[in-house]
Amino acid sequence: MQRTGECFEPQLTAFTCSYCAYMSGDTAGAMRIQYPATTKVIKLPCTGKTDARYIMSAFEDGADGVYIIACPIGNCHHVRGNERARARVVHTKKLLDQVGLGGERLDIFFLSAGMGESFAQAAKEMNDRIMRLGPSPLRMGGKEVGAGEAGEQKNGGDETGEQSVEATQ
Amino acid sequence: MIVAEQKPLDEIMQSVSEDKNVLVLGCGTCVTVCFAGGEKEAEILAASMRMRSEMSDGGCTVDHLTIQRQCEWEYLDSAADAIKGADKVVSLACGIGAQAIIERFPEAQMVPGLNTRFYGLPTKQGVWEERCGGCGDCVLEYTDGICPVSRCSKSLLNGPCGGSHDGLCEVSDEMECAWHLIVERMEKLGHLDRLEEMHEPKNWSAARDGGPGKIVREDLLREPPGEVDEGEEGTGS
Ligand code: SF4
Ligand code: SF4
Repeated sequence: MQRTGECFEPQLTAFTCSYCAYMSGDTAGAMRIQYPATTKVIKLPCTGKTDARYIMSAFEDGADGVYIIACPIGNCHHVRGNERARARVVHTKKLLDQVGLGGERLDIFFLSAGMGESFAQAAKEMNDRIMRLGPSPLRMGGKEVGAGEAGEQKNGGDETGEQSVEATQ
Repeated sequence: MIVAEQKPLDEIMQSVSEDKNVLVLGCGTCVTVCFAGGEKEAEILAASMRMRSEMSDGGCTVDHLTIQRQCEWEYLDSAADAIKGADKVVSLACGIGAQAIIERFPEAQMVPGLNTRFYGLPTKQGVWEERCGGCGDCVLEYTDGICPVSRCSKSLLNGPCGGSHDGLCEVSDEMECAWHLIVERMEKLGHLDRLEEMHEPKNWSAARDGGPGKIVREDLLREPPGEVDEGEEGTGS
């Protein structure tokens, strides 16, 4: 996978909860909506499990951008998991600024199960943002990490994986 | 518990700028429950340091390890190999654990990764507040359980001072006036008159003013009392 130069394809890691957020990915697939194929989806039991360690480890293992997809505020199946995720994203953005990767490489979106279009939109938004920002600075100075080596990153499941299509760029 | 917070990453990176092989050593006790230096924080700091290093010269290896307690030899010994193998140890313990490392392993190079702030408690999730200054001569009995030493900005024993307003301290509107709290509580308990009692001057020599503290419990010593270090003379043996 080309990591730098004109053919740069951002590597994105998306952490979703197993309820609304993951189902919005299924909905996107059922509706045959295209979104960047470079998104790797990792399912968490709830976005309340969002942990700065997971995010940092995704970046360290090769992600150019990371985002969290949670249920809409007020609709978390565990009541306030998504609010916790939001607070942790704010905190982790500061860590990323300190590290020098830049907090803008991380974001959070709130989607309900039927919002397949918004699921794809979030992937496109992150993909465009990372295209604009360029590859992770870690890859510029450090060792080259191929897409397949991205550590703990996995495809989020057959349903979502099958529906992924090539990036629009 | 002892409450601490992590130093800025820039400061930590600066302190290991000459080193190739760094160990971030977390502590599983007080600083774990105040989210400053436990296993999670050690892992995150180590990852942050590795990424920073990779983006600059890339020459620094950073590992992390967390032990149950850095302030006791038995636990520290479990990290002996890792400590001895590192050019520098970034201690994510309070200042006590940090110093314990070089006392136990005199050849180790250690830098603190935390600023140790105070003895306190979590008053709600994510908020810690100071409650004790370790003064060595506790006066909570006279103040109905509210510490004037750590919670009054001037450590007054005869407050409130003239700066107390609307229950707040003149030092900051973020701080409650400890003496306002004390008077309020005494009033509520119906014994405000206790404030008129006279007390002996407080023994401040038991606090910082008396130099470094030391306690010797002869009933717990392994050596017979007569064989205690020279420094123990006059402790009642
Ligand atoms: S009076 Fe002294 S020992 Fe008692 S709580 Fe306050 S600082 Fe701690
Ligand atoms: S206002 Fe209250 S807490 Fe502040 S210094 Fe005066 S007595 Fe102490």
